[in-house]
Amino acid sequence: MGMTIGEKIIARAAKVDQVKAGEIHTIEVDRLMSNDGTTHLTIDMFHNDLKHPKIADKDKLVFIMDHNVPAENPKTAAAHRKMRNFAKEHNITLYEGKGVCHQLMVENHVCPGEFIMGADSHTCTYGALGAFGTGIGCTDFLYAMVTGQSWVLVPETIRFELTGKLREGVYARDLMLSIIGMVGANGCNYKVMEFAGEGAHNLDIDERLVLCNLAVEAGAKTGIVEPDEKVIEYVESRGRKAENLFVSDEDAEFEKVYHIQLDEIEPVVARPHQIDDVVPVGEAKDVKIDEAFLGSCNNGRIEELRVAAQILKGKKVNDHVRFIIAPASNEVYLQALEEGLIDIFMESGAMVMNCNCSVCWGSCQGVIGEGEVLISTGTRNFKGRAGHPDSFVYLGSAATVTASAIAGKIVNA
Amino acid sequence: MGRVFKFHNDVDTDQIIASQYLLLPNIEEMKVYTFESIDRDFAKKVEKGDIVVAGENFGCGSSREQAPSVLKALGVKAVVAKSFARIFYRNSINIGLPVIISKDLYDKVEDMDQIDIDLTEGLIKLSEETLPCTKLPPYMQNILDNGGLISFLNQEEA
Repeated sequence: MGMTIGEKIIARAAKVDQVKAGEIHTIEVDRLMSNDGTTHLTIDMFHNDLKHPKIADKDKLVFIMDHNVPAENPKTAAAHRKMRNFAKEHNITLYEGKGVCHQLMVENHVCPGEFIMGADSHTCTYGALGAFGTGIGCTDFLYAMVTGQSWVLVPETIRFELTGKLREGVYARDLMLSIIGMVGANGCNYKVMEFAGEGAHNLDIDERLVLCNLAVEAGAKTGIVEPDEKVIEYVESRGRKAENLFVSDEDAEFEKVYHIQLDEIEPVVARPHQIDDVVPVGEAKDVKIDEAFLGSCNNGRIEELRVAAQILKGKKVNDHVRFIIAPASNEVYLQALEEGLIDIFMESGAMVMNCNCSVCWGSCQGVIGEGEVLISTGTRNFKGRAGHPDSFVYLGSAATVTASAIAGKIVNA
Repeated sequence: MGRVFKFHNDVDTDQIIASQYLLLPNIEEMKVYTFESIDRDFAKKVEKGDIVVAGENFGCGSSREQAPSVLKALGVKAVVAKSFARIFYRNSINIGLPVIISKDLYDKVEDMDQIDIDLTEGLIKLSEETLPCTKLPPYMQNILDNGGLISFLNQEEA
């Protein structure tokens, strides 16, 4: 019986020849990532709850401070200090203020075919490089940190067969929001979303990251794009090995196959407070906004910053709008500086922040007040996600967000 | 017996415990903010043994384990929903909070109804009838029976 990409990665991690959906396997985790959203609690559990506290392999661990950096109050500062000290004591790789966790993992650590667990739901991002990344809580993280292992219920795979190319002015973000709108916010609950077909191979790595990152918003355990030459090139250009490029067998079993014509996708927004309430931008036209945000693990890369700069050049952010931009990593920030994008942002009146989760996290910076409306390239539009419980978040592409920041209301780019 | 606190579909983890409280030092400090955006007085009203009942996709969104942890810390005996988002579901089992899938209960109870859940028998007892709950796979039930993944680990290593 053939296997899907997800099944092949699990089989490799479980050191068995074959797995199939519905089985539970014990696996060796290739890599473990934890950020400042939960690490302080994991460390407390490590010290207080374990009979034999130990770390199986410190080289598999990566700690990243990105959610509340720099600290905005003394309690966060204490949580950060705990994380910093623990990393130092156990010689664990630690990034502080260097970028959003998933961007840093993709830039520096993820290899195709790996099984990676991260204490963050958007760990599914790593599927863009042909890895199986999945979000876990701190208890799972602690167990894996101590034993090097975890248990996995092998998910079914839903395949998205993509054909053609996105039209100009339409972005991977429009594609993924459209897919979530089609399947629903729990339409892929506990599944692997596999993206394949020539349309998938037409997408560049940054676009694949956008797709996989939002897989969890359809409930998926992970999203994986069938890896190809572009993945090998990306990974090798960063000095890592691209050895385990898994593709699904012809006789692999899929729970369902969707066929998506990329040139039929149009610019969309997800309306508050449901990510699957997805409509063409025109249907949300003229909704007045108070804030616009470009950034997050979904959409703060150089490609999106270029799109924003192109639209902003020579124009001003609307007087009634705060436009907040947070590059996804220092590497992205430096590249944007070099290309003159930051100049364009500053001259237009946008605020450029340090590399962090920023507005998408709804707690560190750019929080919105009661009754306010935000249009964002962030990951979620849940009620209260960006600040006050009675505020409103629309999600759109970098182009839609930037054009709206200029207009003061939601508009098509 | 416990009282029912009833919630709608797609209750996300931000609604269970919002981002701005996650870096507080511990669950005890966080728990007073549980469900703040949808039921501001929940933490004051809820008592040990009460039961959260919800529609589809309960616990969707972030992987924050603080979400099931605050519910457990407030004494919630179990969460019964039509369906759960996967990370919340897994986290709950890992910390020893029973999560029960029941397609039928939601439409048969109102807020503040008294119901009884027999976890060992897998039964939900209402005043008029008894509903069966979905059973966990044995591997997961074993973790839950051991009081969560860390107790399970400590016993494995004993």
